Amino acid sequence: MEVVSSTRPLLAISVSVLAALFILLTGERRRNLRELWTILASLAKFSIVASMIPIVLAGKIIECTIIDLSPGIALQFRVDAFGIFFGTLASALWIATSIFSIGYMRGLNARAQTRYFFCFAFALNGALGVAFAGNLLTLFIFYEILTISTFPLVAHRETPEAIMGGRKYLAYLLTGAALVFFSMGLTYHLTGTLDFVGGGFLQGQGPSNILRLLFVTFILGFGTKAALIPIHEWLPTAMVAPTPVSALLHAVAVVKAGVFCVLRVVLYVFGPQLLSDLNLWLILAYFASFTIIVSGMLALAQDNLKRRLAFSTINNLAIIIMGAALLSPSAIIGGIFHIAGHGFMKITLFFVAGAIYVKTQKENVSELDGIGRAMPITMGSFAIGAMGIAGTPPVVGFISKWYLCLGSLEAKEIVFLFVLLTSVLLDIAYFFPIIYNSFFNRPQGRVNSGFDEASMLMVIPLTVCAIISVILGIAPDAFFHFFGIATLAAKNILGIC
Amino acid sequence: MTTSPFPILIIVVPLISAFFIPIIGWWRRGLCYPLVIVALSISVLSSIFILHMVVEQGTIHYYLGNWDPPWGIEYVIDHLNAFVAIIVSVISLIIAISSRRSVERELPEKIVYFYCLFLLQVTGLLGIVVTGDMFNLYVFLEIASLAGYALIAIGEDGAPFASFNYMIYGTIGACFYLLGVGYLYVTTGSLNMADLSKILPDLYHSKVVLMAFAFFIVGVGLKMALFPMHVWLPDAYTYAPSAVSALVAPLMTKVGAYVMIRIIFTVFGPNFSMELIPATTILCWVAAMAILFGCILALGQTDLKRMLAYVLIAEVGYIALGVGLANKAGLTGAILHILNDALMMACLFLVVGAIMYKGGLRNIHQFKCLHRKMPITMAAFTVAALSVIGIPPTCGFFSKWYLVLGAIDANRWLFVAILLIGSLISAILFFRVIENIYFEPADYAHNGGEHGEIAIDEAPLSMLIPILITTAGILLLGILSGKIVSIIIQFAVPAGL
Repeated sequence: MEVVSSTRPLLAISVSVLAALFILLTGERRRNLRELWTILASLAKFSIVASMIPIVLAGKIIECTIIDLSPGIALQFRVDAFGIFFGTLASALWIATSIFSIGYMRGLNARAQTRYFFCFAFALNGALGVAFAGNLLTLFIFYEILTISTFPLVAHRETPEAIMGGRKYLAYLLTGAALVFFSMGLTYHLTGTLDFVGGGFLQGQGPSNILRLLFVTFILGFGTKAALIPIHEWLPTAMVAPTPVSALLHAVAVVKAGVFCVLRVVLYVFGPQLLSDLNLWLILAYFASFTIIVSGMLALAQDNLKRRLAFSTINNLAIIIMGAALLSPSAIIGGIFHIAGHGFMKITLFFVAGAIYVKTQKENVSELDGIGRAMPITMGSFAIGAMGIAGTPPVVGFISKWYLCLGSLEAKEIVFLFVLLTSVLLDIAYFFPIIYNSFFNRPQGRVNSGFDEASMLMVIPLTVCAIISVILGIAPDAFFHFFGIATLAAKNILGIC
Repeated sequence: MTTSPFPILIIVVPLISAFFIPIIGWWRRGLCYPLVIVALSISVLSSIFILHMVVEQGTIHYYLGNWDPPWGIEYVIDHLNAFVAIIVSVISLIIAISSRRSVERELPEKIVYFYCLFLLQVTGLLGIVVTGDMFNLYVFLEIASLAGYALIAIGEDGAPFASFNYMIYGTIGACFYLLGVGYLYVTTGSLNMADLSKILPDLYHSKVVLMAFAFFIVGVGLKMALFPMHVWLPDAYTYAPSAVSALVAPLMTKVGAYVMIRIIFTVFGPNFSMELIPATTILCWVAAMAILFGCILALGQTDLKRMLAYVLIAEVGYIALGVGLANKAGLTGAILHILNDALMMACLFLVVGAIMYKGGLRNIHQFKCLHRKMPITMAAFTVAALSVIGIPPTCGFFSKWYLVLGAIDANRWLFVAILLIGSLISAILFFRVIENIYFEPADYAHNGGEHGEIAIDEAPLSMLIPILITTAGILLLGILSGKIVSIIIQFAVPAGL
């Protein structure tokens, strides 16, 4: 595979570090200027990332080596198909979230907004670094930057629950990181390298029991961030964070980074061949299936809208991991594509939850009766997102679920087809009552029944995200070439050229 | 042999200046500070020059008074010495720069004596590092220690008692060391390290040599506060004036660690310390205890300075663990940690000094809203804290990386676990403080923070600049650690490991 060296990955990552510094220096006094930095940085970041898409689609890899960190391991960015996929998603959604954040934070007159935007920019730097990292050590550096910069965001409100949420978040993620640290050391001990290779590089590098242990510690380590049950507890608790944080970080950047890392380990460190030799793929797929079913059922029991969305996120993350674990071409394509599809749909849902909260201070599902009359655009977008998650065509969720179902048939494991179908039914069970109640039930108490939407700064991003998820469902290759890139990544992993 | 004067200049300049300070101080008190800065700057320049020479030409031998070794005193500087010498001289220069205002505030009557002792302490530490003679090392050890007792004793209320306590332990340690030197001299008739390492292999089975080795380890262990010989440290470093804690905390223990590496690997060969007696294995266990003990006891402290003293005990444990693992990666980690920990501790103790200078605060529960008052200092504290925890890309991560690799290479899984648990406990430790600094009590939160407008009240520039330099060091040396290892440390690790 052809390698192009370029500083563009480094630029894309450092843009948000620069933005963070400018945000800090500008401060609360000139808040419009401060918000301008966020918007500019998100646009710049997206355009740099987008400029790399054609190069990657042409089958090339963009490489940028900075310095040796340790013998045989460099601080290196390698943008391959899978990396650009996640990078594009994170940077595209950052634009929407930046605009939404401004509306949300000003709408609530929230405090410490400088810290908020500073940490947000820094978290994006971490997410993009994770996407573009060329080896495990570089990945780990940015993984930790992402973890630490999200902590102030989770605890942003500084109420006792928020601080507890932050502590829980750190406790889970730092323990996970310690496990990853160990696994990374062991990998280096076994192989002397940490560079990702499509199809894995651990094959035949150690006794199979050690490799099994390594797999378990890797999955448990990165699995904390990907919120696999039973190590998911931090994610629902972290929903005390402001909604844009939940939207971008807990639906896209942070948890998706966790899933991304799991997929990197499964597909680029271990590789399909080794996993089927060691019989680990089936165990991982069952583990993910367990998470899928249990999180779907737990979501039914949540009354807080954001917590319900959180469990739905856990559900979908496990679906992605299951796709990778099945190791069949369609399943991998479906799993990778679901990273983007779910990103757009879930961010819409979170934006809706945020818009409702800013407008009406309502957080619970049971309070949403008739709210669709006052906020038709918002709730309409919610309906689109929810239907997409449940796999209804023509929303993007259908495409990924279709490929995942095909994949489980290709893997000759019919069980997982049923798991997927059950999860779709559960999705319908926990989302459709919300849609029904908000449009067809009578509002409780005296509620303004006329048109009364939230600020345009919030409505526009959420509508755009909903529209994009429909467009991606009709034309999966529109705008970002997500489907093409996912196919390319799957080919690269499975060694089909 | 080299005729270049730099090896001796490192020591002579601060030594002579120490004697001139009382005279000059008697005439003009204000001249003491510039003289200290000039003297230490010359030391820094010479040590940089020496490092350059060592990297270019290899080991430097300097014969004091042109007496040939083993009769005369020889200064031997290889990669390890040059590395530690540069750490000691640079850190002491940084601390000296920052000491001005806090000494004027805390010890207005004793400025002259303070600076005289300060220089003597630095002279002692540098002498220990450059000498190649066991007895000469003892002399410098005592110079450093005696200056240290006096410096600590001029602190606040509990200081004289703490210093007395330290003196008892320190003197016992020095006695053990001196007995060891005596035993070796009786059996070999030599005091020169290089000479000893040639004679000793034939005498490895002698009981006297064995006793000498044990005495050395206990003596040096007391000086470097290795658990369970750490009892003197928390009190001494808590009650000392802030400039003194900032000087001795990062350096004294590190120089002790250096002496330990020298004795275990240069004077006695690795096959004595590893194979004939299980010294390194015992050291590993002791170090592991030190890590756990230091971290857990630090959890119980609310006085930030005392908490840092316990963290320091754990950090000494990390270095000792790397030495005890006695393989390439472990020792690389230990030597790298000498540098990293010196920087981190210097930064943390400087921050404590700045906080005390500005508000007289020490209890972490009093730190509310401190990030508004001293934003830069607190940012520096956060970076240093992340480094102690071992979050990449700060330098603390990289030494832990080598230590974990060393433990895995040595097949010591338990020590891997202890290293990771130590990191997690320090995460609790430091995030507790960070929470107190950045998150505000609920009553502020309800006012949106606007009412509690707190003016910025930063530490004076002379304290701020050293803090910023160490912080920049923590961030940069992390990224540059690969270069440091490949240029210096890999040659400092004894051959044959």
